[in-house]
Amino acid sequence: MVNFDKVTFEYIRRDEEGNVESINKALDEIDLDVKKGDFIAILGANGSGKSTLARHINALLTPTEGTVFIEEMDTKEEENLLKIRQKTGMVFQNPDNQIIAGIVEEDVGFGPENIGVPTKEIWERVAFALEKVGMTAYREKSPNNLSGGQKQRVAIAGILAMKPECIVLDEPTAMLDPKGRREVIETVTELNKKEGITIILITHYMTEVVGADKVYVMSDGNVKMTGTPREIFKEVELLKEYKLDVPQVTEIAYRLRKEGVPLPECILTVDEFMQCVRS
Amino acid sequence: MSLILDKINYFYSKGTAFESKALKNISLSIPDGEFIGLIGHTGSGKSTLIQHMNGLIKADSGNVYYNGQDIYDKDFKMTELRRKVGLVFQYPEHQLFESTVIKDLLFGPKNIGLSQLEAEVAAYGAIKAVGLSEDLIDASPFELSGGQKRRVAIAGVLAMSPEILILDEPTAGLDPAGRTEILSLLKSIKDEKGITVILVSHSMEDVAEFAERIIVIDDGEIKFDDEPREVFKHAAELRKMGLEIPQCTELMGRLADAGFDVDRSCLTTEEAVTSILKCLNL
Amino acid sequence: MLRDITIGQYYPVESVIHRLDPRTKFLGTIMFVVSLFLFKTFWGFLLAGAFLVTVTALAHIPPKFILKGLRPILFLLIFMMIFTLLMTPGEVIGEWWIFTVTKEGISAALFMGLRLAFLVFGSSLMTYTTTPNKLTSGMESCFGFLKIFKVPVHELAMMVSIALRFIPILLEETNKIMKAQQARGADFESGGPVKRAKAMVPILIPLFVSSFRRAGELAEAMEARCYHGGNGRTKMKPLKYHLRDLIAYLALIGLIVGCVFIP
Repeated sequence: MVNFDKVTFEYIRRDEEGNVESINKALDEIDLDVKKGDFIAILGANGSGKSTLARHINALLTPTEGTVFIEEMDTKEEENLLKIRQKTGMVFQNPDNQIIAGIVEEDVGFGPENIGVPTKEIWERVAFALEKVGMTAYREKSPNNLSGGQKQRVAIAGILAMKPECIVLDEPTAMLDPKGRREVIETVTELNKKEGITIILITHYMTEVVGADKVYVMSDGNVKMTGTPREIFKEVELLKEYKLDVPQVTEIAYRLRKEGVPLPECILTVDEFMQCVRS
Repeated sequence: MSLILDKINYFYSKGTAFESKALKNISLSIPDGEFIGLIGHTGSGKSTLIQHMNGLIKADSGNVYYNGQDIYDKDFKMTELRRKVGLVFQYPEHQLFESTVIKDLLFGPKNIGLSQLEAEVAAYGAIKAVGLSEDLIDASPFELSGGQKRRVAIAGVLAMSPEILILDEPTAGLDPAGRTEILSLLKSIKDEKGITVILVSHSMEDVAEFAERIIVIDDGEIKFDDEPREVFKHAAELRKMGLEIPQCTELMGRLADAGFDVDRSCLTTEEAVTSILKCLNL
Repeated sequence: MLRDITIGQYYPVESVIHRLDPRTKFLGTIMFVVSLFLFKTFWGFLLAGAFLVTVTALAHIPPKFILKGLRPILFLLIFMMIFTLLMTPGEVIGEWWIFTVTKEGISAALFMGLRLAFLVFGSSLMTYTTTPNKLTSGMESCFGFLKIFKVPVHELAMMVSIALRFIPILLEETNKIMKAQQARGADFESGGPVKRAKAMVPILIPLFVSSFRRAGELAEAMEARCYHGGNGRTKMKPLKYHLRDLIAYLALIGLIVGCVFIP
């Protein structure tokens, strides 16, 4: 579905005369292979290149070197642009800055309008998308009166209405309270399970990652670790080096194991911990 | 130095069709040198409440007393209160505006009437307190990294030498290491200077670890005001308010329910590990 | 204070005025504004006023809400009225220092004030009853003929609708920045005009920076959702005239005729 082949991206800063002042490698020869229907999580400290990577997936940025393929389409080719963006939707951090229309349903219809979907079908898609994120009751409301979690769900609906195969979420929960975070994560998990949509979730919250199929850890523009959440979160010390963390329960289990308590390696949730304790 | 809120009531859009009660009968006492966590979902009234504490919002009824003086009295000096009760808003780096870090840091101290020298002393003290290198003092605040900008913004308020420092989600958007750094910083500011810190946060783990007292606000009312251990005993009620309990507290509760002799009120991983080891006699 | 500004906002209720075609409301507003300049006597205001009251009632918008929306322009209104009052020559009825008040001045100021108030009232009725998106398509279609002259009609209309959507957000942001600077001891209320103007710098710079950041993020979000200008774009809510629009146009023509022939 999403393929990165030795992707390098450089931010080049120029002074007023146009001379190159500094070159900053935001991505350094990244290889990535995301299968259709996967739930992928990307972790990394501020400035590690996560957001730059996300923007390559729907061609908001194109590589300085290397190639990004979305279902065999090269993101560098101008004529693929709309097709790629329709297939891979993107949800951003700040809910206020991605809602375009003053009414929920009109915002959800914005994407389909852009790709030239016939009027009747737009209405069907909007109804379907709002239903999927549980926001049907708010379809005629102004986005300004919604909570952060609700706004993000509207943003997700706006993507869904374009019938995407993949949704990239760039720290969608960073500005939300616990309830809003839970709403957003539950929504994307369900879309992944029930609709088979590929999810690429970028986050700073470790507990949101435990359900992922695969986790990538980024640092300094490189993918440093790849694996299932279990494979990643057992490296407690290494993650801390990358300015990350593990869920509290994982840390407790890790430290108990070090003290000789017979627990299996890498426990991810409270439920799991309890199961291990019982047996 | 103390701050007392007495039966505060406040309405949004008073006198219009959109009128709604934002704060209901809030009474609070904020003593010296405490680390207080303030939690509640978005729109619960937290932001409105903290703005009452330095007089940015005036209550529709009720009183605020600063060192026994009513701050709504005509001859009360509001600038004095603003100086003593520092308020760091959410994403404070968005309020930086000067061309250099030092100029931005001088803004507050100069507003409250310090001389250039006094202001500079305060600014240098603040930059040290937030753990930034003095080399950055002449840099443009817009060229710093996100975490550095946030520290500069916090230093801008610290430079006014407040006795109470209120921060609205100071760790929002930072990575785990950045979050821990800011929180440890606040703890050391509190310990070294005896400043009361009020931390508004959406992370239960953070307030559990750092706060000595937690105030829970929901729908404009104070629901709990107690030690973290006591507050997090009410998992079901907190969830109903859109909040959570720290994961480790949840784990310990479940273990205790399952019949293990562990302390169900553990607040940090450290405590949890100790308690479990003790239970297992290891 | 700032959150009280209601100009340009949509007031979501169900009404016949809300259901009117946006083109009707847009052209109707222009017709209404034109009608305001067609009469020369007080009777005209009565007619235009009656029209406004009827439309407001049909639109189910509380008059209080609209009047509150007028508050921010009050200063401009009073300033212009005073200016007209003192600058119109004619039959002198009072003199004080260098100021003279004339009979013509009083009536001119009154007329000007009422016209401006009616104008704002009328155009805010349009924005209260039309969602920004509909307004955009209405304006786009009304000015569609300009495309022949290579005017980017769609893009301009899109800009207007986004501006409308961001007014409340930016006002809130301004409010927040003001408070944040006040928390750092800034004082916007005392001192002379120079000091006050200077005190605005700590608000304006962060506001500009954040507006640019927002604009950048919004542009990115729009691009990510396949926005590429007006070409090949379909509409979720295409415009269609109904019988009620015909009635509205007839009423507007009636208003204009009335204004021309009123004594």
